[in-house]
Amino acid sequence: MSVADRNRLSLVFRLVLLLLLLVLAGGLAYVVLSLPGQAVGLSERVAASMETSGVSNPVTAVLLNFRGYDTLLEMAVLLVALQGVWSLGSAAVHRRVDPEPVLLFLVGVLVPMMMLMAGYLLWAGAAAPGGAFQAGSVLAAAVILLLLASKYLPVRLSGWPLRVVLVLGLGAFVAVGATLLSANGAFLQYPNGLAGGLILFIEAAATLSIGVTLAALFLGGKPGSQQ
Amino acid sequence: MSHEFLYALLGVGLFTLGLYALIVHAHLLRKILAINVMGSGVFLVLVALGGRTPGAPPDPVPHAMVITGIVVAISATALALALMLWVHAKTGRARLPEERLE
Repeated sequence: MSVADRNRLSLVFRLVLLLLLLVLAGGLAYVVLSLPGQAVGLSERVAASMETSGVSNPVTAVLLNFRGYDTLLEMAVLLVALQGVWSLGSAAVHRRVDPEPVLLFLVGVLVPMMMLMAGYLLWAGAAAPGGAFQAGSVLAAAVILLLLASKYLPVRLSGWPLRVVLVLGLGAFVAVGATLLSANGAFLQYPNGLAGGLILFIEAAATLSIGVTLAALFLGGKPGSQQ
Repeated sequence: MSHEFLYALLGVGLFTLGLYALIVHAHLLRKILAINVMGSGVFLVLVALGGRTPGAPPDPVPHAMVITGIVVAISATALALALMLWVHAKTGRARLPEERLE
């Protein structure tokens, strides 16, 4: 088969593919457009139970209270993904380059502000958009910025202290769930009046874990196992 | 047609665009990026359709599901990138063995 034939075949293949995908997009668009224009969904049921949720932001209430299982398992997914990355090898040895003064200055200004912002987002999540995931990703960005500026954390921290922080979120979640299970027989069924405090406790632990897990994923391997 | 449906259709478009790139490109980094674009399309559909509550705040349940989905997508992407680097280290090429050379 000549190169020209092959190119023509590739063109035919792409055209057929495009046609099939247009049919798929048309079908999906038809399904979306045939949905009713107004649907309250579960928002009324959420609004009705907001008083017992312990927070006033409905998204946080759904994440940490009404559908706490989702968030619990999501923390587990983060850990499993990190296990997968670690099982593939150790972190690449970064070239130690002298960072430019502009980057060093920026890191010095930005990292404390990002820490502050992570704390604010964690606290604001109870009443406004924010919460553990947003705070955790800002925290991760701060740590990645530090790594990019060649500011490494001490290697001795990459042993069990790192692992403790990684499982802190999942551990706090399971500990609260297990305590509640033994106290009132229902997993993650917060008692009245305690819900707000428990949610903040879980979210604080989850923020640390999410931030450190994402930064560890950025390293692309198990840290400290080489050299 | 209200703007929620416009955003949802945009999500359908992103999904299809990502699917096209996923099939056409052989390089694994492009495939991973394509899957991310597809995921963003799905998230956009979910968030947009959660807004079909006239005069009331949007349905928080799809929004919470999307936040969960974003975190899962990030961890899956990180694992996929690590796998891609592993394939590259083993074979010298960041593409699957059954993909023929272009």
